[in-house]
Amino acid sequence: MKKEINLNMPSSSEGMSRIDGRLKVTGAAKYSAEYTVEGLTYGVLVGSTITKGTITAIDTKAAERAPGVIAVITHVNAIKVPGFQSEAGKPSAVRAQLKVFDDNKIVYNGQPVAVVIANTYERALYGASLVKTQYSKEQHETSLNASIGKGFPPHGDGLYKRGIQDAWKSAPYKVEQEYIVPTDTHNPMELHAIIAKWEADDKVTVWDKTQGVKATQHDIAQLFNIPVDNVQVNSKFVGGAFGSALRTWPHEVVALIAAKMVKRPVKLVLSRADMFTSVGHRPYTWQKIGIGATADGKLTGITHEAYGQTSTFENFTEGPVGVSQGLYACPNVNTKYNLVALNIGTPTWMRGPGEATGAFALESALDELSYLLKIDPIELRLRNYAETDPESGKPFSSKFLNEAYQMGADHIGWAERKPEPGTLKKDGLLVGYGIGCGMFGAYRSGATIKAKMTADGILLLQTAVSDIGPGTGTAMVLIAAEQMGIPAGNIRFENGASDLPQAPTQGGSATTASVGSAVHYACIELKEKFQKLTGNDSPKAIDYAQVLKQHNLPLLEVTTKSTAGDDRDKYAMNSWSVHFVKVLVNAATGVVKIDKVASVADSGHIISPKTARSQVVGGAIGGIGMALMEEAVMDHRYGRYINNNFADYHVAVNADIPQIDAQFVNKPDPYINPMGAKGMAEIALIGMAAAVANAVYNATGKRVRELPITPDKVMA
Amino acid sequence: MKQFQYICPTTQQGVLDVINKPGTKIIAGGTNLVDLMKRGVTAPDKLVDINHLPLKSIISTPKGLYIGALALNSAVAEHELVARQYPLLAMALKAGASPQLRNMATVGGNMMQRTRCGYFYDTTMPCNKRAPGSGCGAYEGVNRMHAIFGGSSQCIAVHPSDMCVALAALNAVVIIAGKKGERRLPFTDFHRLPGEHPEMDNHLAANELIVGVEIPNNHFAANSYYLKVRDRQSYAFALVSVAAALDIENGIIRHARLAMGGVAHKPWRLFDAEQALAGKPVSEDSFKQAAQLAMQGAKGYGQNAFKLKLAPATIAEALKHAAGLA
Repeated sequence: MKKEINLNMPSSSEGMSRIDGRLKVTGAAKYSAEYTVEGLTYGVLVGSTITKGTITAIDTKAAERAPGVIAVITHVNAIKVPGFQSEAGKPSAVRAQLKVFDDNKIVYNGQPVAVVIANTYERALYGASLVKTQYSKEQHETSLNASIGKGFPPHGDGLYKRGIQDAWKSAPYKVEQEYIVPTDTHNPMELHAIIAKWEADDKVTVWDKTQGVKATQHDIAQLFNIPVDNVQVNSKFVGGAFGSALRTWPHEVVALIAAKMVKRPVKLVLSRADMFTSVGHRPYTWQKIGIGATADGKLTGITHEAYGQTSTFENFTEGPVGVSQGLYACPNVNTKYNLVALNIGTPTWMRGPGEATGAFALESALDELSYLLKIDPIELRLRNYAETDPESGKPFSSKFLNEAYQMGADHIGWAERKPEPGTLKKDGLLVGYGIGCGMFGAYRSGATIKAKMTADGILLLQTAVSDIGPGTGTAMVLIAAEQMGIPAGNIRFENGASDLPQAPTQGGSATTASVGSAVHYACIELKEKFQKLTGNDSPKAIDYAQVLKQHNLPLLEVTTKSTAGDDRDKYAMNSWSVHFVKVLVNAATGVVKIDKVASVADSGHIISPKTARSQVVGGAIGGIGMALMEEAVMDHRYGRYINNNFADYHVAVNADIPQIDAQFVNKPDPYINPMGAKGMAEIALIGMAAAVANAVYNATGKRVRELPITPDKVMA
Repeated sequence: MKQFQYICPTTQQGVLDVINKPGTKIIAGGTNLVDLMKRGVTAPDKLVDINHLPLKSIISTPKGLYIGALALNSAVAEHELVARQYPLLAMALKAGASPQLRNMATVGGNMMQRTRCGYFYDTTMPCNKRAPGSGCGAYEGVNRMHAIFGGSSQCIAVHPSDMCVALAALNAVVIIAGKKGERRLPFTDFHRLPGEHPEMDNHLAANELIVGVEIPNNHFAANSYYLKVRDRQSYAFALVSVAAALDIENGIIRHARLAMGGVAHKPWRLFDAEQALAGKPVSEDSFKQAAQLAMQGAKGYGQNAFKLKLAPATIAEALKHAAGLA
């Protein structure tokens, strides 16, 4: 049902500051590793130094004798995890994950082979250095390029087709190119950490970095075969994750095993090096695109192939070819998606996930086509503008991407762009402009909010959802303030614990749409309760505290569940973005300096302008890192990452970041949810890498198809 | 954890008395050493903290500038004398590391930081520098950051300092104290090439202490430039860096100084190119010719072959900046 949405919130970069901002900048926000628990012990992992094979001997004696060491746990003495023993009826997250300490098999370098538990972290660390492991090595495979012939479709035949197969080949204007996105790591500032405390044989509490306390709760219950309600997962603050905390990882299971065995709580914090091997990454992906058009720039065909890394024990899938299916009105599209199983840790969704990988290829290829056709890249996009979903034929619930093009073009100064590469110069540097678009499904899933108004006039909102930094709490408070007609300062938001009402894992840009809807409806229900009391249904502001006092009530509360309606069947729902980038390039040295970014999000109604802007700026920065510098470099002879630290794995620093102009179309989607708000986290990054690559081409005439775009690839 | 002794002598003699024992390391800012200890690359038995020695001064002398070994990188970079008379050094320092590291790192410590690479840091990997005889992981491996000059089959790591590149270009002299008194060593002779002994980065003996460096007076202040090409704009090692200093009179180069970073086991001084520039007019052509001359003997090892092209381009670019042509 179409909803009329009231747009009376600020739409500029002004707006309410983060409700937890002060806690975060003063250090009062408590992250998982910062909790203290009575009798706490400390665990340090020992990682495999081979990439494939078996452990033939593991000598733990020296470690066990070291001061303060309580236990050394390996596959030899570890308790058996029930969830690893029988596969029937278990969710795939549990079934397929690395069965840590279950046997002597090594399937990737850095795989945990032991954990040393001691009474201080330093002693555990030293103990870990004393564990000596002997291996029988087998030939490993870590290079996707070397093993691409072993690609396989993750489900079905991995193929998609509409219209004619490979129609691009018969087009008068066509481009066929290969693109590579390397392994990137999430590496949030906060290291992954867990404190596991068994309260009883079948009852456990964890303080854990996770994007989904409910999902973690269910995984732990399954793994240890205990009732779900006996698992308490707390994740009150998460210092960034970008996807790395979307699932349960081996180190979490290790902490749970260890705490059970030493009968004391165990804290386990990953090292920065562990963050490269043990908590996922954006998979190295090889892609090939063929794209064809008529002389007037109408697309006639797109063929998009992608081969992505996965581990040997789990099939990790994402959607790199999806953008080619849905971003443009093209009658003939066929895609192929394959995985290559390698001796690496399992990848996982990293911000923008597969769509960011796919958009780098598609939006680069389209840019190449624009030069061939001599049609402005924006004009080319407009000529192929999808008015309805090209994949399903359904109408879009809302789409204003064309307005976003115009806004972004104005903000970057697109009129200054020269169609001929290498012709615009300023102060001895080459100047270039590039564009890249993003799309991502606008999802919404079920969520429950408990809303409680107490006699002091304070409204408490409770739900399990994690807040990994996008400003979820802030947006929820603003939705409630709007509905209840009370100041945001009178609203509290409590989240990040599994004993709170159900909420989805924070991921896929779906939290505001999902949990926000529950807040919206909970507030309506709560207000109605008050109106029943007062017998007054006028929309006039209610003095809630006064009403409770009059009726001698301590509080009124509701628990409200919201789920997506059947509008999802009738409409195609997406968020869109367009990124414009201006670069300055030193032709001699190949150094690319981003001079300006203008990113425009078409993500429905903007609920929290300040945190939304922060999302877009963060996405652009992540995209700049992906475009120019991020790459986890492996020596395939050894299967080990060479740059597994923050000095050598480069993420963008302040000096790399120019003025980022974040803009919003800010028009509500009338179908997706009562606020008209769509997700923003992914689209803030998707398309950015292509925008940078396209700007570099416009500046220099150098087309870089393998990220990152480092000086050696650009220099004359 | 591994137990080690930590002592803080208050006199230079007190330091010299204790450092000549195996397993002893001097610590000043600790920005490299502590890292190496945390990663298990080095495990000293005794740390001699020299921060109590009076070696922090930065003073003008009749011959030039004296900088104490314990002067902080940030203090030198911000010093008014350095900014005015030796801007090349200030620029190089500010291109190095991060502000936090420069606030801890000392001049002597900067010189003593290990020539290194990723294989040196990973104790499970072969590295002749860390474990002599274990092989060089980089030689046929991941070597994009590695040396194109002066490498050996034993080691192709590069010295990562920016400061040292400027000091090499400026003809600095290292003042070293030992049991028998002080000796003076040209800066360009302080660090060494790997040869058959990559475990040794420099010519400082185990019983010696760097007390300071001297930079002679020069006429380069008006035409100096430090250009660092790197993968990100701060806190990244150089792919190639160039310290360029010109003494120009009426459009003619009287003297030139050139040194490169990111290309060798030590700061790489380009004497031939300097000589070629002397007497030449200030022009892009002169610079390009000098840059080509500088590349004699350069060798790529695979991933770092791009440096054979990037290095001369960076030399020419740095000279352009130094001459005010850019």
